[in-house]
Amino acid sequence: MLNENNLKRVEELKRRYPTTQALTLPVLWMVQEQEGYVSEASMQEVAELLNVTFAHVLGVVTFYTMFHTKPVGRHHIEVCTNVSCMLRGSEKIMSHLEHRLGVKCGETTPDKKVTLNETECLGACGYAPMLAIGEAYHEHLTPDKVDRLLEGLS
Amino acid sequence: MMLPPSHPDQATKWENVILPPTKDLHKIDVYRQGGGYGALKKALAMKPEEVIEEVKRSNLRGRGGACFPTGLKWSFMPKAGTKAKYLCVNGDESEPGTFKDRQIFEFNPHLLIEGTLIACWAMGITAAYIYIRGEYGKWIRMLERALEDAYSNRLVGENILDSGFTTQIYIHKGAGAYICGEESSLMNSIEGDRGYPRVKPPFPAQVGLWGCPTTINNVETIANVPVIIERGAAWYAGVGSPKHPGPLLVGVSGHVNQPGVYEMPTGVPLLEIIHKWSGGVPGHKGIKAVIPGGSSTMVLRGEALEGVRMDADSLKAAGSSVGTAGLIVMDEDTDLIAVITRIAKFYYHESCGQCTPCREGTGWLWKLLTRFEAGEARMSDVALLMDVANNIEGNTICALGDAAAWPVQSMLRQFRDEFERRTVDRPDDAPVSA
Ligand SMILES: Cc1cc2nc3c(=O)[nH]c(=O)nc-3n(C[C@H](O)[C@H](O)[C@H](O)COP(=O)(O)O)c2cc1C
Ligand code: FES
Repeated sequence: MLNENNLKRVEELKRRYPTTQALTLPVLWMVQEQEGYVSEASMQEVAELLNVTFAHVLGVVTFYTMFHTKPVGRHHIEVCTNVSCMLRGSEKIMSHLEHRLGVKCGETTPDKKVTLNETECLGACGYAPMLAIGEAYHEHLTPDKVDRLLEGLS
Repeated sequence: MMLPPSHPDQATKWENVILPPTKDLHKIDVYRQGGGYGALKKALAMKPEEVIEEVKRSNLRGRGGACFPTGLKWSFMPKAGTKAKYLCVNGDESEPGTFKDRQIFEFNPHLLIEGTLIACWAMGITAAYIYIRGEYGKWIRMLERALEDAYSNRLVGENILDSGFTTQIYIHKGAGAYICGEESSLMNSIEGDRGYPRVKPPFPAQVGLWGCPTTINNVETIANVPVIIERGAAWYAGVGSPKHPGPLLVGVSGHVNQPGVYEMPTGVPLLEIIHKWSGGVPGHKGIKAVIPGGSSTMVLRGEALEGVRMDADSLKAAGSSVGTAGLIVMDEDTDLIAVITRIAKFYYHESCGQCTPCREGTGWLWKLLTRFEAGEARMSDVALLMDVANNIEGNTICALGDAAAWPVQSMLRQFRDEFERRTVDRPDDAPVSA
């Protein structure tokens, strides 16, 4: 259920677009920021709020890779493995993380603390290799820097 | 806050205008003290047609990848009519090797806002959407801050600078899909739908966002507009290469000592960009290959870079294109098969699945390439790979299919020997083709 503040934001957003369907992405972002992921119940709620079908909302959620339909670990680490990062050793960063976390790329640690994934280019190619934890970019990585990052995760 | 990288002494002389090294330029007061929003004032005193004419005369060409003349694009917008008109500013920036628009959000967001306002005035538009990729949360907040300041300074919204002109600017956050950088998918994404490209024609200037006339321009393109208005089309047209002039944000990545985004006039030799601007190749190694303008542009051999310049014509003559000016440098020890396999995987992942040649073809390309990568391919796979790429190219609704095919085709043409070496059935005595 969207909280009151977010419902207010929805009303404001309605003034920015000529249709309510256009609010699908902004509202899904609110849901995900609030709940951590987008559940089916939330999709149903978004559909009612925006007067669109559930199928529409589901279609949108599954099209965009940043919407999660399941809860992810508290920290979502995404290592860019695309070309510029690869040329600067992203493979080494990934295997170091797999080794340190004891999980493979795509998995979540048993304590649900960290989910590890690879990702496509995040627009940090000149500062490679890089990873993102949530919205925060960490650039010019070395295995040492990765260790310090992991130590800093609560 | 950090400053953008400064200009090296030994290279082509250039004083930055898109990313000037002014401290705290992202703050509206600093921006205005340096003359910011003066171009807007000047534009509002001109007739809209005059602004379009000025942009036409400047020869500004789109920085989003296709180099389309901006003034011409603007002139396609209907002048009269009762329908709403829209501007979409494309900040999806997802082409691997491209990280330039991000610098504008961070270091000079008001230049982008000012350019957006001038574009709206020129085309009679009352609402602009700046579409930014979802991963750029930090940069979205930076631009939001700047936009709030512009609103509270009454530079955006009702009756801008008492001119009677009213226009709104909104930021729309993407959610992770390379395809949404394609202009018609971008419009679907703003409309709240999946980012499927639309069939053209009709073109956006006739039928765009919500069926209304729409212009789509890249962030960097729009950031050039205040510069043109302020300094004049004649000045702008004289910067860099005459047919593709102006300042250009070149993003250098891969095997160079100082990767980063550098502002320079168009037409700087690639070798100067690599050796002077970006500090050369680590370990003084040779250059095996470069991708000049983002991952979808054709690869060039290192030995063939002499005389090639960073502009549309020179790169076209060399068999590639300027794209987003994201220059990826690969040294002599690079495993190009690994590189092309990773690039192919990207396009396979990002194909929206609407067109069969792209949906299926990108997957085949990737699977075939993994065979080469593992050294399990057969000689006949070399021709098959080219065949699959050729069957994608030109057969899809949008250019993602071409973007997937070009790197593979060019890699095969330029480095066929590397592919042949990874096959199981290449006769030992067979000459390796060059
Ligand atoms: C698959 C695909 C992805 C694209 N991604 C972007 C992008 O991220 N940013 C961008 O400005 N243009 C992108 N484009 C180009 C746009 O369709 C469009 O040409 C451009 O935004 C127009 O702006 P300009 O004329 O100012 O260059 C992409 C095109 C394709 C086919
Ligand atoms: S390739 Fe990794 S950020 Fe662009």
